[in-house]
Amino acid sequence: MTRLVRRRYLALRVDCEESFEFNAVSDAVWNAVLRLFGEVGASQAGLFLVKYDDEKRYAVLRCAHKALPMVRAAIATITRIGAAPAAVHVIRVSGTLKALSRKTANTQYEQCARQLSE
Amino acid sequence: MKFVDLHLCLPWKDEEQARRLIAKSTELGYSQIGVPFQPNIKAEAVNQMRQACGESSLDFVTRLDLAPRSPSELLVGLRRFRRSFEVVSVLCSSKAVARQAARDRRVDLLCFQSFDPKKRLLDTAEAELASASGAALELDMAHVLSSLEDRSGVGIFTRLRRELAVAKSFDVPVIFSSGASQPLLLRKPEDCAALAFLFDVEESFALEGLTRNPAAVVERNRKKLRPDYVAPGVRVIKEMRGL
Repeated sequence: MTRLVRRRYLALRVDCEESFEFNAVSDAVWNAVLRLFGEVGASQAGLFLVKYDDEKRYAVLRCAHKALPMVRAAIATITRIGAAPAAVHVIRVSGTLKALSRKTANTQYEQCARQLSE
Repeated sequence: MKFVDLHLCLPWKDEEQARRLIAKSTELGYSQIGVPFQPNIKAEAVNQMRQACGESSLDFVTRLDLAPRSPSELLVGLRRFRRSFEVVSVLCSSKAVARQAARDRRVDLLCFQSFDPKKRLLDTAEAELASASGAALELDMAHVLSSLEDRSGVGIFTRLRRELAVAKSFDVPVIFSSGASQPLLLRKPEDCAALAFLFDVEESFALEGLTRNPAAVVERNRKKLRPDYVAPGVRVIKEMRGL
């Protein structure tokens, strides 16, 4: 059976000198999407922060595949998380967590991605 | 794909910060960076930056940002400094300056730093002149990002959308640069292309503005700065002595 909404998983790297909690990163992404595309846009994006590893500054975000350009644009506009200056970079995009871990295998986030798919 | 960032503001007095920015650019996937300098910069400082970029396998491009107050000031600046820098950009603060910059073949990049509608001067007449002279429109992503922090993006997006549509219809090359002076304002080239989605630009067009268009400007000017260059299509192949 095919899924009603196809999904995309984004491997993100959070660039900042301070450490954050899961909710702070999730809020930053949500606020960026809400600010740019409003509540209708955010509801269509189907955002969900799957995982955030503060030590490795690695996060995995899930969104609807049709909303991917919107979400990527919103992520690029993030300049603060909480009150701290920060940047969020998209490392890879994939259709499944398993493929994401395979695609990020050559990066320093390899182990963290593997943990996710297990 | 070779990504180019033609506007990376390296603080040449703060070597530590400059090295951090260079390292970040390499990490994010850029292979060529343009660094703006003051016209009276010492060759020693330029060489120091060139060396730091070379260590990170980055191709270093010297750039001059002119901010003239009048067309005559622009002409004086171009006459004095054009041959000392690989890329020359002009910050257009008035209509007269913008028109002169768009008309002059020695100008590579046109910049409009303010989002004030009275200072966004890329209209159809300006685009027509720029198209004929080969000048490109430059958009600094750091400027867009910092402006979004301070105020609503509605006006910014409307103006940029209109400008990019005009540039596209007149075949004016568009160049997306970072304009970053801090590592946290740098974005990956793919993320810059994603940002361009907000201005109704296709990804392929945005990627051209990060690869082919800036690389073409640098290549064209490097050819012009070679000692064997005479005029477009004419260069010295061999010097005949004693004739």
